[in-house]
Formats: sequence, C-alpha cells, structure tokens
Amino acid sequence: MSRVHDMGGRFGDGPVVPEAEDVIFHADWHPRALALVLAAGSLGKWNIDVSRHARECLAPKDYTAFSYYEKWMGGLAALLVETDVLTREELGGASNDRISALAAKKLTADQVAGVLAAGGPADRESAVAPVFAVGDAVVTRRLAENVLVPGGHTRLPSYAAGAGGRVMRYHGTHVLPDSSAHGLGDAPEPLYAVVFPASELWQHPEHAGDEVVLDLWQSYLVPG
Amino acid sequence: MPHDSSDHDHPHTLLPSDPALRVKALETVLTRKGLVDPAALDAIIDAYENKIGPRNGAHVVAKAWRDPAFLAALREDADAALLKLGYYGRQGEHVVVVENTPATHNMVVCTLCSCYPWPLLGIPPGWYKSDAYRARAVREPRSVLADFGMSLPEGTAVRVWDSTAEVRYLVLPMRPAGTDGWDEEALMALVSRDSMIGTALAG
Repeated sequence: MSRVHDMGGRFGDGPVVPEAEDVIFHADWHPRALALVLAAGSLGKWNIDVSRHARECLAPKDYTAFSYYEKWMGGLAALLVETDVLTREELGGASNDRISALAAKKLTADQVAGVLAAGGPADRESAVAPVFAVGDAVVTRRLAENVLVPGGHTRLPSYAAGAGGRVMRYHGTHVLPDSSAHGLGDAPEPLYAVVFPASELWQHPEHAGDEVVLDLWQSYLVPG
Repeated sequence: MPHDSSDHDHPHTLLPSDPALRVKALETVLTRKGLVDPAALDAIIDAYENKIGPRNGAHVVAKAWRDPAFLAALREDADAALLKLGYYGRQGEHVVVVENTPATHNMVVCTLCSCYPWPLLGIPPGWYKSDAYRARAVREPRSVLADFGMSLPEGTAVRVWDSTAEVRYLVLPMRPAGTDGWDEEALMALVSRDSMIGTALAG
C-alpha cells in the first residue's frame, strides 16, 4: 500500500489554476521556509531521498491539509529530531543556547551561490550492468512498495505498478532511492525512461495515442 | 529488516500552529544553535527571486531555435550543452530536453512530489505543486491543458513525463511560424515558463 503523496491518477481534485510567471511565492514566510530547508540540508545530515521520505511520512490528514511549504517544514522538523540535530525540547522552544557541534558546517552567505551551482548529481558508478536495451518490452513490479523497508520510500507510483511499457532511453546508473532514503547506501543501478501507452494505465484514456513516460530503476522492472 | 519508525511521532506538532510562526520558530532555534545563518537565507531567497528563473530556460529555447549546432548538442548531451551557457546546479543536474512536434506534445509533471528543473525554470509555480496537477496530468492531460485554455489537434499525441528520478525534463516548444530571422531576445519573449513545462505553446 502506498502513502498519501502517491496521487498520480487520483480523481476528485478539481481544476488546475494557472498563475502568472512573476508570482514566485504566495506569502512572506514561503521564501523563508524554502531557504531554511535548503540551508539545513547543507548541514549534511540527510540526503534528498531521506528528505522526500520525511515529507511523505507526514500523517495523511496533515499532508492533505498543509500548504506546500508547510509540508517542507513538517519534513524538516522530523529530520532535525531524527538525526539528533535538535532535541524535541529544543524544537519546542526550550533553550540551552549551546552552539551545536555541527555549527562548523553552517552554510554562510558567501557559500550560497557556489552550493546552489554545485548541485548534487545522482549518477554513480555501479557494478550492476544494464539488462535492458532501448526498445525492450518491460513490466513494472506488481506492487509499488519498497522491497527493503516496510512502508519505505520508493519512486514507482501506484498508477504504474504492474504495467507494460517499453524502454525509451537509458540514463546511466543512478542512486536507488529505495535504499538511499533509509541509510542503506546508494546502491546505484541502471535507470531508464520507460514509455507506457495511456491505455495501459487508465481505464478511460483521453486519446488513443497518448503516452506517459516514467524514470524507473532496473530493479523495478522485469522483461515484458 | 530496518523499521520505518517515523509514522507515530510527528515533531512538527511541537511547533506553533500558525505557519508563519512555525518557520520563525525553526529559524530562531537553528540560528541560536549556530546551524543557520540568516544572511545565507537572504542569499538563497535572492537567488531564486532575482537570478534563477524561467528566463534561463527561454534563453535555451531561443538559442535552440536559432542555432542548429546548439540544438544538436542539446540532443547529444544536454548537461554539457547547458553547462556551456552556465546553466547547471541544484535540481538540474541531469537534464533531458524533449522536443514538441506536430505529432507529439510533451508535458512534464512530478506526481510524487514537485521535481522541476530549477536552474532553467526557477521555483515551480503553485499549480505545478498542487494536488490537482499532480493527480490529473498523467491521467487526463488534455483536460488539464483545457484549464490553461489550450487544446491540441486530433492528430497530436500527448506524452506526459512523470519526473520520478533525478532527471529533469525541459520541453522545447515548437517555434511559432513567421519568426524567421528574429534575434534571440525577440524569440525569448515568445517563450513562457508554461510553454517549457508543456501547459502552453510558445508565442
């Protein structure tokens, strides 16, 4: 069973509301929340897969009710406590005013441009050889669940579980989020763009020729 | 087997319920512990409000329309071609450019979260991060396009890219007719953010 964030294909969400290109944030605290999450991330206590999983682990009622940056803050609060950067008491406002042992890693203003420009590439050398070639028929796992950790992070959406598609592109070997999100190592393996006919995914596709492409790791796939 | 322990303990409940106060409380405690520099937060905000945004992507698109060698380089290895223009970084480490044609219209979504090519397009718009877009774009892209006032010819197929890994997709919209000989700046003005996500056409 998946978590609340796995909403691709869901019915009932209503219209998408376009907005002008110059609208970047919708409240004064939004940019502050964004910056805080990025700055805290640079302390190096978690990776992007861990941080995504933290947001996904919000209670469904909170995930649904929270605005976007509230989800980010919910994830950040969880990560700070889980990684012992802050105690629950400190998070709740109790102060001992002791400088953290991690303070040497604090992101400074003069480092910001360099850190944003450096990024965090996800490709890694891997001993796992690609077994699929472009054009090969593949089928995704029947269950969109992490096989290593019950309730763990995965990037196979439920709507694409058990579906047949074709390999469209090979991306090289990338960090496996299902492992990386749980402290089990990068476990890099081949990553492919796989194209699925809409009719393979939906009972009532809008148009016979429509397709959906997903980036999927080799261990999510079996020969079709 | 490792157990996922985070399901029964939600530390955000220790913070104030008002989100503006919640972010303030987080910033205050992290600053007090020497973990966050408020000036660094200002610098991050300045970067995404004033420096990194969809005009970067529009530059790439206009250049690809005008310069066949650059388009060929984008097809061959987009990361290398973009790096030469200075476009690389957080949430844009692995970029693939997908080209619209009369036969195929491309559209990008992240159903699981909000993955988006930040160095080229900046911070994703609110609608891109909304439940409605994430839920509907993969199942009924044409209905979503209608919300943007857009419809496609019967002979055009929609290919939706769900950004499930660290690869980021930039849509290369079709160059509008009647723009032969236009310079880069004039072409850039035709390229909206939405046309590079696939919820609009250029022009």
